[in-house]
Amino acid sequence: MQRLTHLDRLEAESIHIMREVVAEADNPVMLYSVGKDSAVMLHLAKKAFHPAPPPFPLLHVDTTWKFRDMYALRDKAAKAAGMELLVYHNPEALERGINPFDHGALHTDLWKTEGLKQALDKWKFDAAFGGARRDEEKSRAKERIFSFRTASHAWDPKNQRPELWNLYNAKKAKGESIRVFPLSNWTELDIWQYIMKEGIEIVPLYMAAERPTVERDGLLLMVDDERFPLLPGETPVVRSIRFRTLGCYPLTGAIESRAATLPEVVQEMLLTTTSERQGRAIDKDAGGAGMEKKKQEGYF
Amino acid sequence: MNDASSEPLYRVDALIAEDIEAYLDLHQNKGLLRFITCGSVDDGKSTLIGRLLYDSKMIFEDQLAALEADSKRVGTQGQAIDFALLVDGLAAEREQGITIDVAYRFFATEKRKFIVADTPGHEQYTRNMVTGASTADLAVILVDARKGVLVQTRRHSYLAHLIGIRHLVLAVNKMDLVDYSQEVFDRIVADYRAFAGTIGIADFTPIPISGFKGDNITQAPSVNTPWYDGPSLIEHLETVEIEGAAAQARSLRMPVQWVNRPNLDFRGFAGQIASGTVRPGDAVRVVPSGKTSTIKSIVTFDGELDEAVAGQSVTLTLADEIDCSRGDVIAAADAPPQAADQFEATIVWMSDEKLIPGRGYWLKLATQTVTATVAQPKYEVDVNSFEHLAAKTLGLNGIGVCEVTTDRPIVFEPYHESRELGGFILIDKLTNATVGAGLIRFCLRRAQNVHWQALEVSREAHAALKGQKPAVLWFTGLSGSGKSTIANLVEKKLHAAGRHTFLLDGDNVRHGLNKDLGFTEADRIENIRRVGEVAKLMTDAGLIVLTAFISPFRAERELVRGMIPEGEFIEIFIDTPLEVAEQRDVKGLYKKARSGQLKNFTGIDSPYEAPENPEIRIDTTTTSPEDAAEQIVQRLLGEWVPDL
Repeated sequence: MQRLTHLDRLEAESIHIMREVVAEADNPVMLYSVGKDSAVMLHLAKKAFHPAPPPFPLLHVDTTWKFRDMYALRDKAAKAAGMELLVYHNPEALERGINPFDHGALHTDLWKTEGLKQALDKWKFDAAFGGARRDEEKSRAKERIFSFRTASHAWDPKNQRPELWNLYNAKKAKGESIRVFPLSNWTELDIWQYIMKEGIEIVPLYMAAERPTVERDGLLLMVDDERFPLLPGETPVVRSIRFRTLGCYPLTGAIESRAATLPEVVQEMLLTTTSERQGRAIDKDAGGAGMEKKKQEGYF
Repeated sequence: MNDASSEPLYRVDALIAEDIEAYLDLHQNKGLLRFITCGSVDDGKSTLIGRLLYDSKMIFEDQLAALEADSKRVGTQGQAIDFALLVDGLAAEREQGITIDVAYRFFATEKRKFIVADTPGHEQYTRNMVTGASTADLAVILVDARKGVLVQTRRHSYLAHLIGIRHLVLAVNKMDLVDYSQEVFDRIVADYRAFAGTIGIADFTPIPISGFKGDNITQAPSVNTPWYDGPSLIEHLETVEIEGAAAQARSLRMPVQWVNRPNLDFRGFAGQIASGTVRPGDAVRVVPSGKTSTIKSIVTFDGELDEAVAGQSVTLTLADEIDCSRGDVIAAADAPPQAADQFEATIVWMSDEKLIPGRGYWLKLATQTVTATVAQPKYEVDVNSFEHLAAKTLGLNGIGVCEVTTDRPIVFEPYHESRELGGFILIDKLTNATVGAGLIRFCLRRAQNVHWQALEVSREAHAALKGQKPAVLWFTGLSGSGKSTIANLVEKKLHAAGRHTFLLDGDNVRHGLNKDLGFTEADRIENIRRVGEVAKLMTDAGLIVLTAFISPFRAERELVRGMIPEGEFIEIFIDTPLEVAEQRDVKGLYKKARSGQLKNFTGIDSPYEAPENPEIRIDTTTTSPEDAAEQIVQRLLGEWVPDL
């Protein structure tokens, strides 16, 4: 008898989910945010459809404020996978010069939430893969793997389809769409172990290095380019830092760390005492129900 | 704090700190166990799960800080940490203090990763428990030591057993509140054993615990239960044998999900192996066609494999070019599964809208999606008393045994042999909601007795001889809308143009073929189903069929549409407002209906569901019957059968 490990079973489940979507949806797309979860999702897509390239494009809903290392890896990874890369910028956010320094919550709302809706509408995608995991956040724990959205992209947590066995109901009316989360049952540790086992390339920012930083509002921010407005009295300090999650650089808190290799990163993660999303400003809005509210509004 | 804090945690921090590589090696090879916890509202389910997460250090300092603050604000444990708050996710539920859906939680020990489905214990949520149980290998049935075996305990056990969970743990919780009494524990176990036998549960593992205090969760026996000589809950979860070996020992079945054709030289069949093992050179049979071949290779991203086993997602190539597509099952050549189109199944209803016997639903089983109808239940099971009750339908959370008929044979195995090929979902064709789950008990009629294949004269041959493309022109509209009048005119025109046609009219069919049917909802559905079947046979004979029926329900019109090859079903909505039809009242029926002499009359006391996207819509308030007929014929010849 051959014994399947937990990673084998998670991989098989994710591949099964992706193939179901390709078999049943008319126009699927994979949301690609360049983070470690996206990297794993893309790798699984390559496995699911080998020897063909994954039969859908990658979509990056960009804010123009990601780390430079992320843009570099994004273009490289898409090319290596033989997939089309679609990059979308919300024209309104672009025109109004929306940025995380001056606009706070509006930045996420316009660039990401609205940008995503616009992009899905523009290309008429009826199924979109996302790399969210159920262990990330409480309201995610109850989300389905196939999560149904109305024509206006709204999520109704009270009206979710029951999901039994490995049977996914991908039926939908015209205009409606489905968000699909093939990594639902993975944990942060699973992701890291899989990255190591499979040798998946990730953005170097996950590993510690000397980087210019500023401490602000309790977050340790990296000064990634010249657009970072320094407040009076602020001077970038070089610290050995790394990131547990990656988003827009002015919104993503780094941690001081010397973990420069993958095993060291995992070691640090296992011994650490704060959760992964702790560095994200977004979850703290609207009390304990921040993410749930955002999801109802159409955030991924 | 409580005494659990002195117990060792699952994770060996020393190894992580000293030799991370060794630790990671250890963890690469962990197994995976999925389980559910079920209990009544106050059995402490969420507290137990919170405790498991806490003890496995899946809770971080920032979450703990939030938890402590929440515990003081809305917690039910006074100043102590309320673990339940960790797992009660959605905003509305947090306020009500109850969980209302299925939530999945994750934790890991040295030996295994665990996925926990947290399912609510309320009576009205059978649906959620069945959903959570469908992917679980094991169920933890929680009992409050102060209350013993309750009606809910019996119900949860029945559902877990029904859904095929072979490992049951009877966790007698809140032992701290009964002074850790062995007598209490023994009595509850004896009660449960007596009950379990009556519903066919042969074996279970009883463990006395306190989710709140931590007794017998990670280590056993706890200082408070020296009399207990079994494993702790975690020890049991870590060591219980999962069904991997059994699944691999069965015959090969791989439902084909997707055919991979990147170029003309490669044709691979992608799917997840449901049971058995497969090696290159193995003889296989594609079901339902029955064609045989041998496995040429097992293709993966990491190179070709010498062997693949149940649970893996792979791509198979075959030595011969045989027909095989999504929905087919690649199986061991000498032990293939059967195909059938009529089954007896246990159905769990999951929708507020009741089951409508005779209505067409999508049925999805493995990778097959077909149209299915469910007959009136043979009986409904009372989940509290397990009595069989007479039932005409099934409502939300109803469980019944029903006959299911599919519009074409599907490959299956009985559910007790295979979850993958025996479990199905039912989907409403209009709302696309998942409305039911089914477990196949056995087939009633094997497909091999019905010979559909290889008719000597095919439908194409029939149509070719008549020099036309068959079609069904489905006229729908209120009584008195003008359906029959217009359909008659259309048929005359087509006939004059040399087409072979036939008109099925509502009144005429009810005098013969359907004279046993009345006007109840169920009879109306059956009426339309029969007309659809007749129309289908006539298109097989190459005819252009015109039907004029009120056919008030969208679902039935869609059912017929599904029976007819794509592009051959043309829905024509004769749109006449109720006031206009009632004013015309050609047959005097509206008058009778208004006066109560006629029951279930469409438009009066029975609904008419207008088509949302008919191929043709005729507004009779602005179009005469003659013009309408001409329009239809023109569009028909222009769009659907231009070669006529």
